[in-house]
Amino acid sequence: MIAVNSLFGRKTKDRLMTALMAAATALVLLPLGMIFFHIVRMGIGSINLDFFIHIPQPTGEAGGGIANGMVGSFLLIVIASLIGLPIGILGAIYLADYGGGPTSTVIRFSADVLAGIPSIITGMVVYALLVVPLHGFSALAGAVALALIMIPIVLRTTEEQLKMVPITLREASLALGVPLWRTSLKVTLRSAMTGVMTGILLAIARIAGETAPLLFTALGNQFWSRKLTQPIAALPLQIFSFAIAPYEDWHRLAWGGALLLVVVMFGLSLAARYFGRIKH
Amino acid sequence: MPEEQSPSWKLEKGIKGDFVFKGLTALFAFSILAILLLMVAEMVLASLPAIRKFGWSFIFDRQWDAVQESFGALAYIWGSVVSSILALLLAAPLSIGTALFVTEIAPKRIGSAIAALVELLAAIPSVIYGLWGILVMAPWLQRTVEPFLIKHFGFLPFFQGAPYGVSMLAAIFIMTIMVVPIITSIAKEVLLAVPQSQKEAAIALGATRWEMLRIAVLPYGKSGIMGAVILGFGRVIGETMAVTMVIGNTPQISLSLLNPAYTMPSVIANEFAEASSKLHSAALMEIGLILLVVTLIINILARFLLWGVSRGPAGGIK
Repeated sequence: MIAVNSLFGRKTKDRLMTALMAAATALVLLPLGMIFFHIVRMGIGSINLDFFIHIPQPTGEAGGGIANGMVGSFLLIVIASLIGLPIGILGAIYLADYGGGPTSTVIRFSADVLAGIPSIITGMVVYALLVVPLHGFSALAGAVALALIMIPIVLRTTEEQLKMVPITLREASLALGVPLWRTSLKVTLRSAMTGVMTGILLAIARIAGETAPLLFTALGNQFWSRKLTQPIAALPLQIFSFAIAPYEDWHRLAWGGALLLVVVMFGLSLAARYFGRIKH
Repeated sequence: MPEEQSPSWKLEKGIKGDFVFKGLTALFAFSILAILLLMVAEMVLASLPAIRKFGWSFIFDRQWDAVQESFGALAYIWGSVVSSILALLLAAPLSIGTALFVTEIAPKRIGSAIAALVELLAAIPSVIYGLWGILVMAPWLQRTVEPFLIKHFGFLPFFQGAPYGVSMLAAIFIMTIMVVPIITSIAKEVLLAVPQSQKEAAIALGATRWEMLRIAVLPYGKSGIMGAVILGFGRVIGETMAVTMVIGNTPQISLSLLNPAYTMPSVIANEFAEASSKLHSAALMEIGLILLVVTLIINILARFLLWGVSRGPAGGIK
C-alpha cells in the first residue's frame, strides 16, 4: 500500500514538474510574442513611401521618414565589415591552419572574452582612441566600434567552420604541390564558405541593431551627412531618440524603424540558416 | 574532435607566399589579443584622474555632482547589482525550465520550433526591447501592476511609493525578458550534451521522467547551466539601451522596486557624450572600468564552466 502511495506521489510530482516546465515555457514565450505583436501592429501603420525617402521632420511637424538613418546604418555596416571581416577571417585561418598550442588558446579565449564585453564600453574606448584625437564624432569611429564587436563573432564561427573541413582535403592539396597559403584560401576557406557566410550574416545581423557603441562615436545626425568624418545617422540611434521623445509622431517613426530592423534581422538570420543548410 | 586537428605539416622553406601569409594571419589573430589589452589599458588610463582624485571612496560614495565635481558611483553600482541579480533570479528558473521542456519533454518538432523561436528572439536588438518597454510595458506597469502591488503588498518596503511606470521593476522585467533567450539557448546546448545512456540508465532503474531529469540530467549539466546563468549575468549587467529607456534614470538608493533608479551603463549612455569636464568624463570612464572588470571576471568564470562541458566529465553521474 505504501509502495503504491509513493508511486502515486512520485507520478504526481512528475506531472507537477512537467506542468511547471510547460508553464515556464509559456511564460517565456508570452512577452516575446507580445513584443513581436506590437512591433508588427504599430510598425505597419507607420510605414509608407515617406518613411523610406524622407529624413525626420523637425519636432512637432507631422510626417517625415528615416531615410538618412537607413543609409547611415548601411554605410556603417559596410565599413565595419571592410575592417572586421578580414581580421576575423584571416585570424581564424591562423587558428585553424597555423596555430595550435597555448597561443591559439589564448587568442580564442580573448575572442570569447571580447565578445562578452558590454558594447557601450567598446564605444567608450573608440571615443578615447578615435573621437578625441580626431576632434569630433564621426561615421568612421562608429564603424570601427561596430567592427570591434564583429571581429570576435566572425573569428570564432569561421574557425569552427574551417576546422570541419577534413584534414585529408588539405593534405591532398599540399601533396599536389600547392603552397599552404593557397591551400588555406582556395581549398579550406572555399570548402567552408557557406558556413563562413552564415557566421558573417549573423555578425552583420548583430551589429545592425547595436546602439550603445554608436552613442559616442557615430553620434547620430538629424540630417544627411556628407562625409565619413562627420556624425552620421543610424537606424538604431533614431529608434532610441524617437522612443524617448514625448511626441506621438516620433513614436510612430520609432515603431516603423523597429519593424524595419526586425525584418532585416530576421531576413539575415533566415539567409544564414539557408547557408547553414546547403552545407549538409 | 577538432582540437586534435592541429596541423602536423612543416612549412617548406623558401615558399615566400607561405611566410608572408602566415605572418599576415598571425598578425590579425594576435590583433584580437592586442585589442583586448588595448581596451583594458585605455579604460584604466582614461579613468586615472578619477581614480587618483577619489580613490576607493568612488565606490562607496553616493554623491554624483557634476557642478561640484564630486563623484561617487554607489547609486549606479547599487542599481546595476540589484536589477541584475533580481532579473537573474527570475530568468534562471524560467530559462532552465524552458530548456528542459524543449529538450526533454516537448515532442521533437514542437521543441525545436520553440527553440528556433527563442533563438530568433535572442537576436532582437536591445533598443527594440527598450522601445517596447517604454511605450507598452511601462504604461501597463503604471496602470495595472504597480497599483496592484501597492494595494496588496504595500506594507513591504519593496513596494512602497507611487506608480511611476519607469522604475527598477520595469528594468528588472525588461532584463529578464532579454536574458531568458540567451540562458535558454546555452542551457539547451548543455542539456543536449548529456549522454543518452545516462538518461536510459535512470529510466531503467525505474525513475519517472522528472526523477530522471533530477538525478541524471541536471547534475550532469550543473556546471554548464551555472556557466549559462553567469554568462547571462554578464549580459544583463552590461545591458544599456533597454534599461536606460525604462529605469527612470534617477540616482537614488531605495529598497522600493517601484522607484526609478539608475545603472552604470545607463549613466554612461546618458552623460558621456556631454561630460562637462575632464574629471566628469574620467569618472564615467571609471564606472566603465568597474563594469569592464566585472564583466571580464564573469566571462572568464563562465567560459571555464562552459569549456568543461564541451570536454565532458570523465565518469558517469557526478
